[in-house]
Amino acid sequence: MSPQLAKPSPESSSAGLHFNDTELTLGLPGATKSGTKRGFSDTVDLNLRGPCNTDHASNPSENDVSGDSKPPPAKTQIVGWPPVKASRKNVAKISKYVKVAVDGAPYLRKVDLEMYGSYQQLLGSLEDMFSCFPIRNYLNERKLMDPVKGSDYMPTYEDRDGDWMLVGDVPWKMFVESCKRLRLMKSTEAIGLAPRASQKCTSTSGSKSL
Amino acid sequence: MGYSFPEEVLEHVLSFIDSDSDRNSVSLVCKSWHDIERWCRRRLFVGNCYAVSPAIAIRRFPELRSVSLKGKPHFADFNLVPHEWGGYAYPWIAAFAEAYPWLEELRLKRMVVSDEALELIAKKFKNFRVLVMYSCEGFSTDGLATIAANCRNLKELDLSESEVDDVSENWLCQFPDSYTSLESLNITSLSSEIRFSGLERLVGRCPNLKTLKLSHSVPLDLLPNLLQKAPQLVELGSGLHTKEVHPDLYSKLAGAFSGCKGLKRLCGLWDVVPSYLPTLYPICFGLTSLNLSDAPIQCPELIKLVSQCQNLQRLWVLDYIEDTGLNALAESCKDLRELRVFPSDPFGQEPNVSLTEQGLVSVSAGCPKLHSVLYFCRRMSNVALSTIARNRPNLTRFRLCIIERFCPDYITLEPLDVGFGAIVEHCKDLKRLSLSGLLTDRVFEYIGSHGKKLEMLSLAFAGDSDLGLHHVLSGCKSLRKLEIRDCPFGDKALLENAAKLETMRSLWMSACQVSYRACKLLGQKMPRLNVEVIAEQGHPDLSPDEYPVEKLYIYRTVSGPRSDMPSFVWTMDKNPALRSS
Repeated sequence: MSPQLAKPSPESSSAGLHFNDTELTLGLPGATKSGTKRGFSDTVDLNLRGPCNTDHASNPSENDVSGDSKPPPAKTQIVGWPPVKASRKNVAKISKYVKVAVDGAPYLRKVDLEMYGSYQQLLGSLEDMFSCFPIRNYLNERKLMDPVKGSDYMPTYEDRDGDWMLVGDVPWKMFVESCKRLRLMKSTEAIGLAPRASQKCTSTSGSKSL
Repeated sequence: MGYSFPEEVLEHVLSFIDSDSDRNSVSLVCKSWHDIERWCRRRLFVGNCYAVSPAIAIRRFPELRSVSLKGKPHFADFNLVPHEWGGYAYPWIAAFAEAYPWLEELRLKRMVVSDEALELIAKKFKNFRVLVMYSCEGFSTDGLATIAANCRNLKELDLSESEVDDVSENWLCQFPDSYTSLESLNITSLSSEIRFSGLERLVGRCPNLKTLKLSHSVPLDLLPNLLQKAPQLVELGSGLHTKEVHPDLYSKLAGAFSGCKGLKRLCGLWDVVPSYLPTLYPICFGLTSLNLSDAPIQCPELIKLVSQCQNLQRLWVLDYIEDTGLNALAESCKDLRELRVFPSDPFGQEPNVSLTEQGLVSVSAGCPKLHSVLYFCRRMSNVALSTIARNRPNLTRFRLCIIERFCPDYITLEPLDVGFGAIVEHCKDLKRLSLSGLLTDRVFEYIGSHGKKLEMLSLAFAGDSDLGLHHVLSGCKSLRKLEIRDCPFGDKALLENAAKLETMRSLWMSACQVSYRACKLLGQKMPRLNVEVIAEQGHPDLSPDEYPVEKLYIYRTVSGPRSDMPSFVWTMDKNPALRSS
């Protein structure tokens, strides 16, 4: 499918010719215009899918299946909509904002951990945030993401003690309380982090220079 | 003419002229008036810190005492501007440190301010009095400690909505014991604990303290003491949260509030315990401004509170107020000028409160002085908008946010074009407008033909084609700021109205259909504009020229392209001959 004038399709394979999946691109990780995408969900063994996935039943956040395939709330969020300031987002609940950095990307985003009920909602939202393009309504369709096996990026976080941990290690509420910031780390660098099963007190050094 | 008008007389006359636009007019009369005026101008407002360089500002106005600067575009508030975009205050402050040793006031909005910048302020300006940092970031309590320790004549310190790195809790104690000039303190955005004894002593020794806005970490039991030490307060921001309700604390608080006879403005009330609300009743009659947008107070309590505030001019509240609360407001508060209703659960799929367009219609009918509205709701109709427009032709600011995108008139299922059309048609002095809901190009036709005084327009998920943008750019004579996201506007309208952009402060467009080619063309055609392309996915040269850019920020400037851009922002070349490709 070739790009049409003024309505290019970012996933077109001809656009893909401009890119390698390797580090030559200045773009974000996952910004390969061929439409492939690493799925963070794989790192925590969750089956995080978009609304068109056939196995919704395995997604616990879609328990209220009424057949209308309404995606879980965290995934329908558009950046900056509705236009409420971060400080105001949801008065009914407390908020906990943490910065999210992605290795290789020159900018940060922030997320409010209190807005999510589980790892899969958080990771789904991160996928949206750091995906190819923002969701564009004028194309009258939503982006469909296909998670890719063997992701390049591991979601990690710095906890209260300054240690870097893999996201998903501890129960969700404990994570929300102790997380100071998030970092989507290149898998190659994440090797030094505490292996999943080990206790925190026996973790290898949480080097801040990671 | 055989004589010249004495300069001193002109200077004296000019000292009565405060408004920037009047002073600008004065400076256009003739060269000598231009020269006299620039030497006696004391206040400068720079709406876009990249529109002019510090050097140019200093060269023109050598004797400033007060400067206001704005940095990031407004959409930064909603996470649409990448984090490292810019808006650095340091270069300005460093330049001022050399040029204006007598600078007294700095007001910064949406800028990045470092601790080094704060240190410069603290050490270089001997008579520094006012520091306002609204929605800024980049500094810590260490920077604040330096300010506290050095600024002997500080009157105002305002950190509203700023992000402060809390590294030390005793920065307030850095104000020396001899320091007594504080008049206004706003530390609502500080999240960690502060030394309360320091705060109490500070409040106790500053007899002119009129504004005290505290963070939510200040416990309720401290409040009566603070209020007793500062009964002259005019503005208070405080939490009213406590773990248990103590009758003792209750009566102390009630007594303390009654003692604040001059209290006019109240905000905060996070985590309010409803049983403490009656302590506020004695002051309600005197209140002109009430900001309950952080307070999860439910409708019945809200009604009780608000119906006692007969002198209220400004109300900011959550949608917990519901239609019934707004009806009560319309009956009790006949002096209301400004209403803002914020969503308590903006991301919820279903409405959690019974607040509809009816509430706004009631207020528009009952409050004759209402001129400024910000309203979040979940449904709207053309007939309601038309009614509001007819009721309140004196509206100057109208911002409506229907939470669900593309939401049509809930009665007819038509677009809301006609309703917003009525607003611009009847409200002839409308200066600011934000649209939402299902909208076609038609609404822009109305806006273009009627919005002659419109200065700021915010659009999201609206319109059908370039024609929409064309109507706005060609019709709105007074337009200064235009911010657009996710609208199908593209090259044609932008290029045809290129000249218009030089009459505006700025244009923001994100997730629209403006091609990279058009951006380059615009950059070449209009050398006095900075056409900035923001591309987080990589250099736009890597994709075909027809591809739309992610985000575009265009602003007029006399200083050329900026030199502090991050790696994902590019200014389009003004001189194509210099480009190698």
